[in-house]
Amino acid sequence: MKITEKEVRYVADLANLRLTDDEVHRMSAELDEILTHVDALNELDTTNVEPMAQVLFDAPETATLREDCARATLGSAVATANAPLTAAGCYKVPLVIER
Amino acid sequence: MTIAEIQDGLRARKFSAAELAEGALAHGEAENPKTAAFLRFSPERARAAAARVDEKLARGEDPGALAGVPIAVKDVIVTAGLTTTCASKMLEHYTPPYDATAVQRIEAAGGVVIGKTNCDEFAMGSSNENSAFGPVRNPRALDRVPGGSSGGSAAAVAQGTAVVSLGSDTGGSIRQPASFCGVVGVTPTYGRVSRYGLVAFASSLDHIGPFGRTVRDTATLLRTIAGRDEMDATSAFAPVPDYAAAVGESVRGMKIGLPREYFEGLRPEVGDRIAAAVEGLKSLGCEVRDIAMPHTKYAISSYYIICTAEASANLARYDGVRYTMRSAHSETLADMYRNTRGEGFGAEVKRRIMLGTYVLSTGYYDAYYLKAQKVRALVARDFTAAFGEVDAIVCPVSPFPAFKLGEKVANPLEMYLSDIYTITGSLAGVPCLSVPCGETAEGLPVGMQILTRHFDETTMFRLADAFERAGTP
Repeated sequence: MKITEKEVRYVADLANLRLTDDEVHRMSAELDEILTHVDALNELDTTNVEPMAQVLFDAPETATLREDCARATLGSAVATANAPLTAAGCYKVPLVIER
Repeated sequence: MTIAEIQDGLRARKFSAAELAEGALAHGEAENPKTAAFLRFSPERARAAAARVDEKLARGEDPGALAGVPIAVKDVIVTAGLTTTCASKMLEHYTPPYDATAVQRIEAAGGVVIGKTNCDEFAMGSSNENSAFGPVRNPRALDRVPGGSSGGSAAAVAQGTAVVSLGSDTGGSIRQPASFCGVVGVTPTYGRVSRYGLVAFASSLDHIGPFGRTVRDTATLLRTIAGRDEMDATSAFAPVPDYAAAVGESVRGMKIGLPREYFEGLRPEVGDRIAAAVEGLKSLGCEVRDIAMPHTKYAISSYYIICTAEASANLARYDGVRYTMRSAHSETLADMYRNTRGEGFGAEVKRRIMLGTYVLSTGYYDAYYLKAQKVRALVARDFTAAFGEVDAIVCPVSPFPAFKLGEKVANPLEMYLSDIYTITGSLAGVPCLSVPCGETAEGLPVGMQILTRHFDETTMFRLADAFERAGTP
């Protein structure tokens, strides 16, 4: 067993994901199978290998930095237009802190 | 019609851009009950774009390289004012405030966006069965999947509605549906096309790329959308060659490598077609040799750790605050996050968020995520070594042709393993494409994959075009 149902519930909590009991049960089996499969990576000696986080290309050192200047933004009306609940140009969410 | 035929016809006044747009919209509406390739059409936007082209033509101005060409766009690429759902309930009512750079460039070149195509939810899947709005059916065999995740974009071109389309590819999501549907599908070099406006799945692996019915059409579309964009820091500065001008040249003497690891475990009806295609390449004068890419078998494990890790971070933004959907049953903020995500995401997206969260969590980061990134470097090294010997790598796209709907949904791992031949190129970030190379006895299309060096799309297009024009052996 690579992963237990208890661990699945813990990871779901980290991911802010509500899972039903049935989902937890199914996911445990599926993740277990996948994690067992990926264990094959341990056959490889990677002691002196640099991790590859990105595909790199040749460019001058600072080429990817654009000029630092002010420019027009979306504005709060457009930026919040897709929100389920807004008020006064802000996002509205359930109570966070009791006062 | 090809893009070139459309340009000739428009200039000769054989038809107008408006007529082409109406034809494509009507065709799409008629086919959609059968294939579900489109999630929605954009008639107003298409008519406005077509009218601009017709006005320019009337004034004697250049209407652009894609003038009047009906184009479909995968629904993970944002379009201003046009609903973009990523085939997810989470974004069912999301209307983006801006256009993706690729879409901007298409429309600036006179292209006509006719609609948004169906796909796997957030581009996660290999069969298009993970769409929250129902699966796409393969136009070549309606009881079979079109491949995924860009199944709708492949089907829209295969069924003759769009001349070309945009898809996205993270681990094979353009090449595999292209091969299943019998069209050309191109994953350019990582950084070749701006990702601005491509809804992020796995940022170090995501690409936008074209589908078309001919190699030349995909070359023309890629040239339009490629090139540096300051809105995507990972987009490359390398100049964009005129790919379509380079195709047509001889491929005599081109060195081609066949990685033996890519010919293990594939179905004979696919292997036979690839073997025949390789004979065809030899008769065009290519020098074919066997090469070794020893880390191939580790690529899937590396990929599914990296892509799920990145996805778990990228999809954290769907929390019920900003993107249209919010669970109706939540008292607290934490409950709202959890319930919204639990109700809004489909099974495959949840599975990948869970796997990604797990491999990044304390105690597992080094064992899984860091290890996977190191193995990714080894897979990339295989390509560097191979391209020291050969100009192009040729291999299958998928171990099998299009499978039946429902055939593989029960086993997620088996579905992941079907991406074996496309994932390596994604990890290395090299350009790759799928070009049709015949059919199985049942009449199902088979695709041949061609991979070349970083930013050498020209060689890839030249070889694919020479093969296409020679005809399938």
